[in-house]
Amino acid sequence: MVSKKEIASQVRNDKMEQEKIITVQNLTKKFGNFTAVKGISFDVYKGEIFGFLGANGAGKTTAMKMLIGISNPTSGEANVAGFDVHSQAEMVKKSIGYMSQKFSMYDDLTIKENITFFGGIYGLSRIQIKQKITQLVDELELQDVVNNLVGSLPLGWKQKLSFSVALLHEPKIVFLDEPTGGVDPITRRQFWEMIYTQAYKGTTIFVTTHYMDEAEYCDRVSIMVDGAIEALDSPKNLKEQFKVDSMNDVFLKLARNVE
Amino acid sequence: MLRASQPIAITKMKRFIGFVKKEFYHIFRDKRSLFILFGMPIAQILLFGFAITNEINNVNIAILDKSNDAETQKIIHKIKSSPYFNIENQIDKESDIESEFKKGKIKAVLIFEPNFSKNLETKKVAIIQAITDATEPNVANTIANYTSAIIQNYQAQKKQSKSNQVKVEVQTRMFYNPELKSVFNFVPGVMTVILMLVSAMMTSISITREKELGTMEILLVSPLKSFQVIIGKVFPYIFLSIINAIVILTLGYFVFKMPINGNLFLLAFESILFIISALSLGILISTVSNSQQTAMMLSLMGLMLPVIILSGFIFPIDSMPLPMQVISNIIPAKWFIIIVKAIMLKGVGIQYIWKETLVLIGMTTIFIAVSIKKYKIRLE
Repeated sequence: MVSKKEIASQVRNDKMEQEKIITVQNLTKKFGNFTAVKGISFDVYKGEIFGFLGANGAGKTTAMKMLIGISNPTSGEANVAGFDVHSQAEMVKKSIGYMSQKFSMYDDLTIKENITFFGGIYGLSRIQIKQKITQLVDELELQDVVNNLVGSLPLGWKQKLSFSVALLHEPKIVFLDEPTGGVDPITRRQFWEMIYTQAYKGTTIFVTTHYMDEAEYCDRVSIMVDGAIEALDSPKNLKEQFKVDSMNDVFLKLARNVE
Repeated sequence: MLRASQPIAITKMKRFIGFVKKEFYHIFRDKRSLFILFGMPIAQILLFGFAITNEINNVNIAILDKSNDAETQKIIHKIKSSPYFNIENQIDKESDIESEFKKGKIKAVLIFEPNFSKNLETKKVAIIQAITDATEPNVANTIANYTSAIIQNYQAQKKQSKSNQVKVEVQTRMFYNPELKSVFNFVPGVMTVILMLVSAMMTSISITREKELGTMEILLVSPLKSFQVIIGKVFPYIFLSIINAIVILTLGYFVFKMPINGNLFLLAFESILFIISALSLGILISTVSNSQQTAMMLSLMGLMLPVIILSGFIFPIDSMPLPMQVISNIIPAKWFIIIVKAIMLKGVGIQYIWKETLVLIGMTTIFIAVSIKKYKIRLE
């Protein structure tokens, strides 16, 4: 698994694709007197796996909501997939994929119906939807359950399906909000395999998580503490910087520093 | 990025239709909502219609005998000895009727027409008029039924002494408000309650369920615009409410002989107007509820109860204390019931109910505006 990641990184570096797909400058979000996001700035490069980390309440969900176009920034700018999140939110939504914490699918609809629904929402034609259904069923080996209600699926399958549905319209970048919550370690690993495969194909992955070991799988991570970005670099560089062996320890040191 | 090569308008249409289709899946796969949507209205109207005729005992009545002949004396005696009625007073003239009611002790007055026996002999028909207190519409039918039963029983006994068949008609006339016949009062009332229930409660539950499951977020991130989401959520319920309304009216017409004297299109228009006002209230409730339970409770307490109590459905507004009468004016159901009764019973056109219609339009506009505003704020 690690080798796949290294291959992917290598491929990217070789192609010298340093094109930025997300640019954020001084992005701020206030709720009344409370500032949830304090003027953050960072860039995400095309094709990378970018980990957006932070403790609960640090402001990463709020920040992400601005990036996916469902929350208006109080000030600052952000550009996602070539569109401004403030004035072109609708175009942003059309160009990105999104997988939510709660796995985004309807339990009382079948797998086929869910795919058909989301495919239709993103403007796929009937033929395209049909192709996608066949493709997904093959990839995830769902032949026996394609007409079952999603609610009857085990959590791991729902998760993988959810990821695939987020990518139905083949967006350039996909946002994953805590995608591996509540799943066993083996399933988590399989899920990250899927993420790598996608990254290998050139899709940019923006993933938030509070599992620090998952941070190791990313190309670069940013760590938010109390609304500001306190660290932004590759896991390797961060571990060197803080002189620790794991991302978990990086995070602990960071949290203590801020205190 | 993958996209179908078709005009934007087609994509938008398909997107919306796909969403509405999903909503229908949700409704028909949830046994609870199916029950509320279809079982309840039918159950309610049948229950109200038939169960209204409840058992009574010892109803106080007054008798006005304009004939004072042998026949009437015998019939009155039979009534006296029945356990259902208690003859409180016997009066001499029609002008006494109102004061008898005002005393508050009697629920009905039975009037025997003059020349009762003679009419029975010659015309074969004699009439007993039952005048009932309009504040108790339930009792009216019951009194009529029991009186008829007594008369029939009396006549059956009489067959032994006389050879010709005679008929006695019992007419019921609501003294204070002729249109308050119980079933006729209830069909518009039940229709209003059901429309309010389905449109408001079901809509608010549907929207909050999306929030509870976390799928609302997905919809917001998707290319679907938020107004498309709301309309898509609301559309199946408009459709189903209309079907419910038709079912109720049909049942009322065929089973209870409720007339529809007025213009069906006008009725349809007013009903849709009311449905929209109920729907916007449902949306409003969904903006302040985080769970389906909350939505259901708010709908029941905040909408259903005021509607049932203050709309004039069961309790006449005129008999309420003044503060409650004032409050009843802000209940859209009150205005809708007036409109429906006017159209169905009196058969009037828009010129008679333009005032009430305007009030309903005004209310609907305000509700829609407020719920849109609240919804937008919630999104932030």
